Amino acid sequence: MIKKFDKKDEESGSGSNPFQHLEKSAVLQEARIFNETPINPRRCLHILTKIIYLLNQGEHFGTTEATEAFFAMTRLFQSNDQTLRRMCYLTIKEMANISEDVIIVTSSLTKDMTGKEDVYRGPAIRALCRITDTTMLQAIERYMKQAIVDKVPSVSSSALVSSLHMVKMSFDVVKRWVNEAQEAASSDNIMVQYHALGLLYHLRKNDRLAVTKMLNKFTKSGLKSPFAYCMMIRIASKLLEETEGGHDSPLFDFIESCLRNKHEMVVYEAASAIVHMPNCTARELAPAVSVLQLFCSSPKAALRYAAVRTLNKVAMKHPSAVTACNLDLENLITDSNRSIATLAITTLLKTGSESSVDRLMKQISSFVSEISDEFKVVVVQAISALCQKYPRKHSVMMNFLSNMLRDDGGFEYKRAIVDCIISIIEENPESKETGLAHLCEFIEDCEHTVLATKILHLLGKEGPRTPTPSKYIRFIFNRVVLESEAVRAAAVSALAKFGAQNDDLLPSVLVLMKRCMMDSDDEVRDRATFYMNVLQQKQKALNAAYIFNGLSVSVPGLEKSLHQYTLEPSEKPFDMKTVPLATAPITEQKTEIAPVATSKLPEKVAPSRQDIYQEQLAAIPEFQGLGLLFKSSEPVQLTEAETEYVVRCIKHTFANRMIFQFDCTNTLNDQLLQRVLVQMEPSEAYEVLHYVPAPSLPYSQPGSCYSLVRLPEDDPTAVSCTFSCTMKYLVRDCDPNTGEPDDDGYDDEYVLEDLEVTVADHIQKVLKPNFGAAWEEIGDENEKEETFALATVRTLDEAVNNIISFLGMQPCERSDKVPENKNSHVLFLAGVFRGGHDVLVRSRLALADGVTMQVTVRSTDENVVDVILASVG
Amino acid sequence: MDSAALEPSLYTVKAVFILDNDGNRLLSKYYDPELYPSMKEQKNFETNVFNKTHKADNEIAFLEGMTIVYKSSIDLFFYVVGSAQENELMLMAVLNCLFESLSQMLRKNVEKRTLLDNMDGVFLVVDEIIDGGVILESDPQQVIEKVNYRADDNPLSEQSVAQVLQSAKEQIKWSILK
Repeated sequence: MIKKFDKKDEESGSGSNPFQHLEKSAVLQEARIFNETPINPRRCLHILTKIIYLLNQGEHFGTTEATEAFFAMTRLFQSNDQTLRRMCYLTIKEMANISEDVIIVTSSLTKDMTGKEDVYRGPAIRALCRITDTTMLQAIERYMKQAIVDKVPSVSSSALVSSLHMVKMSFDVVKRWVNEAQEAASSDNIMVQYHALGLLYHLRKNDRLAVTKMLNKFTKSGLKSPFAYCMMIRIASKLLEETEGGHDSPLFDFIESCLRNKHEMVVYEAASAIVHMPNCTARELAPAVSVLQLFCSSPKAALRYAAVRTLNKVAMKHPSAVTACNLDLENLITDSNRSIATLAITTLLKTGSESSVDRLMKQISSFVSEISDEFKVVVVQAISALCQKYPRKHSVMMNFLSNMLRDDGGFEYKRAIVDCIISIIEENPESKETGLAHLCEFIEDCEHTVLATKILHLLGKEGPRTPTPSKYIRFIFNRVVLESEAVRAAAVSALAKFGAQNDDLLPSVLVLMKRCMMDSDDEVRDRATFYMNVLQQKQKALNAAYIFNGLSVSVPGLEKSLHQYTLEPSEKPFDMKTVPLATAPITEQKTEIAPVATSKLPEKVAPSRQDIYQEQLAAIPEFQGLGLLFKSSEPVQLTEAETEYVVRCIKHTFANRMIFQFDCTNTLNDQLLQRVLVQMEPSEAYEVLHYVPAPSLPYSQPGSCYSLVRLPEDDPTAVSCTFSCTMKYLVRDCDPNTGEPDDDGYDDEYVLEDLEVTVADHIQKVLKPNFGAAWEEIGDENEKEETFALATVRTLDEAVNNIISFLGMQPCERSDKVPENKNSHVLFLAGVFRGGHDVLVRSRLALADGVTMQVTVRSTDENVVDVILASVG
Repeated sequence: MDSAALEPSLYTVKAVFILDNDGNRLLSKYYDPELYPSMKEQKNFETNVFNKTHKADNEIAFLEGMTIVYKSSIDLFFYVVGSAQENELMLMAVLNCLFESLSQMLRKNVEKRTLLDNMDGVFLVVDEIIDGGVILESDPQQVIEKVNYRADDNPLSEQSVAQVLQSAKEQIKWSILK
């Protein structure tokens, strides 16, 4: 048994812990003295402290023993020792969840809360509210109301904060205390003001009008508490965001005025609120940036950190706004707090010029090992952004990244580096070999399966086309020998690609494959056997279809189709063409690097936009039996932005029908629209078969109506058409406040802009990772070639973008990026035409006075070739 | 580093803890039930924070997606944890209030032994500064007044001779009973 004031204990050193060897059972034994009369406050106090200490250390108390100790403790309310009583309150709060029948102390606490001793009242309220449930809350409601408006600040604050905790549990009861909270908000005490404001906001946050009113009142009366100001700034910026109010609103003025507050906390909160506002102009940012600049030279580390962190945010969107602070940021590079230094450097990397990059990189590498993983990721992100800005610096960056890759670090950090290297490789063909070499070295000792498979996939894609593909084989085969199943399988796939691309490597790859066929894992063996057989055929077309360019279907779609097929047994084999194509091309995800470690959401295959549409349309009885949705276009606006009705159209293409989905929004709050449909007048041989009207369109609730159109069957080349559209509906006037409509209405119509159907609506984008192989696979049977002069186009970039958006096909081999200072370029496009015909376009562009374009089209269907050439011309 | 704006709320503090110079927990309170719900996760977090912060007195750090402000005194480390978007200066205000209050209560002897000898007072101080994650008070003077706790590390100046005798008697009695 260790006594608190046992001086002998000092022999074991002054820093020893008197609570170190506490035994729960011994302490509970000691707790028996709570029952002695008279109560010995000192000893009881000490034992209570031990109990709380044990709870704090994570000691587990069983319900029985906790309840026993709790009941013994209740006797201590007889003592009038202040500290002892306060410790009783703490024990009650700590034990509220582990002991049974804690409510027996309710009456004692109620007595203390309404008693004469002010020191007891606040803490008693907080303890009481901790053990009170909804049913008992009614009983103490009267006391709570009194306590909220009590003139003793600690009592009022305690009551307000406890009420706030109880809002989650019994909103309806606490809501009745709004008037009291309102009164408390005008208290002189700064903390009471703050707590009252917080409670009022939580009670009213769903009522935007009430929040605005409250905010107006407080901004006028002027609160004294800096905390309350910070709270108000947050409320104001949230309101601004919700109402999308312009920056001339009084709310913005209020936030800006807070930049001149005398408390740094408020000034910083205001600056950070302005910086985080979406679409802020440089002029609006300027005052916020200049106060942050002042903070950069503050002696307080926390303030410097806050300032740099916020400036770093600004630099992401408005690098030029931060340039003024470059000097201050330079000084922070040597800050003893490494977090501040890192943030300063990454900010500088975003704002600085190309010449300063080398120096900054050198500085970062001097302390990169000292900072936490979170900041390392920040550094990598900055580097990745920099590579896109200054592609010529890639060798410096690549060196730096490979060093970082060798250091210790968690998964998020490594992933950030690998993603960054991959993006450099894709941007810069010159850096490909060094980059691949670094990655090869990395997978030699990589514990993260996800990264290893990713890199192997990349090696398979890029490796065979480098000058010396053989040197990668060793790295890949090592994986087959040493790693887990998933990595081995990925390695086998990569090997196959080398074999398919390089004839001289084929024999050795086949030997390696044979060894893989003896693997212990099913997946690895299956893959090896499959590739082995494909490779032995030595046919280019097979290689292209089964090794280079895998399935381009949407995975959830395939799953659904297969399920459907198993439900309806038939003699017919499963047709791959009935599966919807994958719409989101894989390349788009690479540019944005995942946010920092904090998000722990599991990644899963979300159904794509198109899968969602497919289900929505299938739910409409009129559209049964149309087959598979082939393509859904991006929404097209058919009205100006600020009109009475907002209509946008999504074009859904099926095998020989199209559905036009009109999403309409009614922005007039005194009208209810009914039986809304969009009438369409086609210019060509298209025929409108059916209209599905939207039954009712109340104010600001979007609704959809549909039109079903048949495509001309006799002329397959008629792919483009213009529709003139008119919205027709029945108007019923209604009361803007209640939304109650009049009994009768009248018919009306509204002319919309014309809707175009173009060739792009008939083609779905498909990514062919290896365009050359796919080109050979289709062959020149239906090949046609034509030359065009694009007189209006001035640059190759412009021409490439025009062609891509016009044809709506997927650029392959990163050919959508035109290298600088070149006057010729080849663009590769791939897609699938309506009906499931593969189509590939190779377009050679030459820049002379205008742009001359030679288009070569290959497809499995002759008509498709004609359609494309006709539409281009 | 997430850019999502903060939902206006009074719940500012996610956690508070005091560690000794070996990184052992002396006191810790977690106010967000979703943050490190189990004791094991809490202790892991504390160890990680301690390892990253005890070497340099840097005042502020960003770890595991949390903003952490801290302060050390002799053989003690004080930490206040908030979300990544939290106003760092608010967290600093809490940390300073905690430190100043304890420093006053312990008569400037902010070290492990004195702290542990007055653990009950320390619990009360923390309870007065933060209630369930809400900043209850930020003025050390007010905290001290509310807690109204007499630290008895120096019995002669505070207690009467009779009290000293009484406590001596008790100690003797207990050492015999032991």
